Amino acid sequence: MKPGFIARNRDWQPPALTPRYKTSITRSPQRALLSFPTTLSEETGPVFGHDMLGPLDNDLIHNFAADGASAIGPRIIVHGHVRDQNGRGVPNALIEVWQANAGGRYRHRKEGYIAPLDPNFGGCGRTVTDENGRYEFRTIQPGAYPWPNGPNDWRPAHIHFSLFGGAFAQRLITQMYFQGDPLIPLCPILGSVGDPAAVNALVAPLDMAMTVPMDARAYRFDITLRGRRQTAFENRQEGL
Amino acid sequence: MDLNDTNGQESPSQTAGPYVHIGCTPNASGIKGVWAQDLGSAMVDKDTSGDRITIRGSVIDGTGAALTDTLVEIWQADAGGICGANDPRGPGDPHFSGFGRSAGDMETGEFRFDTIRPGPVPSRDGGLQAPHITFWIVARGINTGLHTRLYFPEDTAAHANDPILSRIEHRSRIPTLIAKSEGAGVYRFDIRLQGEDETIFFDI
Ligand SMILES: [Fe+3]
Repeated sequence: MKPGFIARNRDWQPPALTPRYKTSITRSPQRALLSFPTTLSEETGPVFGHDMLGPLDNDLIHNFAADGASAIGPRIIVHGHVRDQNGRGVPNALIEVWQANAGGRYRHRKEGYIAPLDPNFGGCGRTVTDENGRYEFRTIQPGAYPWPNGPNDWRPAHIHFSLFGGAFAQRLITQMYFQGDPLIPLCPILGSVGDPAAVNALVAPLDMAMTVPMDARAYRFDITLRGRRQTAFENRQEGL
Repeated sequence: MDLNDTNGQESPSQTAGPYVHIGCTPNASGIKGVWAQDLGSAMVDKDTSGDRITIRGSVIDGTGAALTDTLVEIWQADAGGICGANDPRGPGDPHFSGFGRSAGDMETGEFRFDTIRPGPVPSRDGGLQAPHITFWIVARGINTGLHTRLYFPEDTAAHANDPILSRIEHRSRIPTLIAKSEGAGVYRFDIRLQGEDETIFFDI
């Protein structure tokens, strides 16, 4: 049996109850979580291949647009490296992304912000990491948007990320923010992460080296998934 | 503190938010044509081995209201107890995905999975765990996705020997992990985020 996964660091991860983010008050479990060494049920997971992807799945500028049209907004490339906590690239990780349009409006029936919909922007995309764990997609920079929480809360511009590594224990949903956004220190959702270093871990810097002249700025966003413990020696408690 | 440096830690989790369906089940959320089929929408085909079952349920908040903006995922073994293509004991049933994803009904929040009864999966000591299905729940207001398991009500004898159920100190909470039978092959599994019957969630 392979070693299990490195325990989730609950001081680095946001706690379940973060009252400044009001919805967490009625949706946060209050009892102790049950800990146990992972079994095959958590150490395996669905496997995704590049063959599942269509040619425009990683191009949010065009994947919902009419023929010959493109989404409105600053054109950007988002790229990075998905690694585990042991520093190894995670190949064949499925990355699904969703975001608001350049005006800060989502294409969703429950969305109520007055900013206009862009008829050429759907807001979803996906890609699969290569053999080294690298990924890249193209989109427009999303706008900041207001949300009903405090009397005047605005989300910093962000892209939502969902990740599948090889194991269900590595399942992760997070958000990417943009370097220099003045709303970052004001956000109750990003504020659910307590450690300032952990907040910075979700902020993507501008990457001029990957920026395409006269076309698209690049942002680099690296992601770390949980890693396995490095030793195969495990103390085995009675009955386990 | 460099930007985007995780310092060897797992990237911090953030809530999936109210619009998770745009990215994870775009067709169900009304965004058609970007890709043909939502991931996890079909777990079985006509040639899948095993007993067909249906699982229904709701995710319920601390006020007793069912969430209508959740995303529920399940992961399970095939009828032979093999967990997908990266199970070292594979290969498993090529007609079974093992992975299901449900946005829930937009009005009622009820999720539904049409799948098969899983075979038993080994425990770390080489014995067998009781048959179970792994659940993962995200939604607005949930900062880190919640792991739990469904067990089947008819497997009482296997539950007594299951290494995970055996770890539960507060025995009165075990029923929160056991689905309720609603007739032949139909199970209800409600997930309670808070309160007297709060579901046992896992730190794995
Ligand atoms: Fe958002």
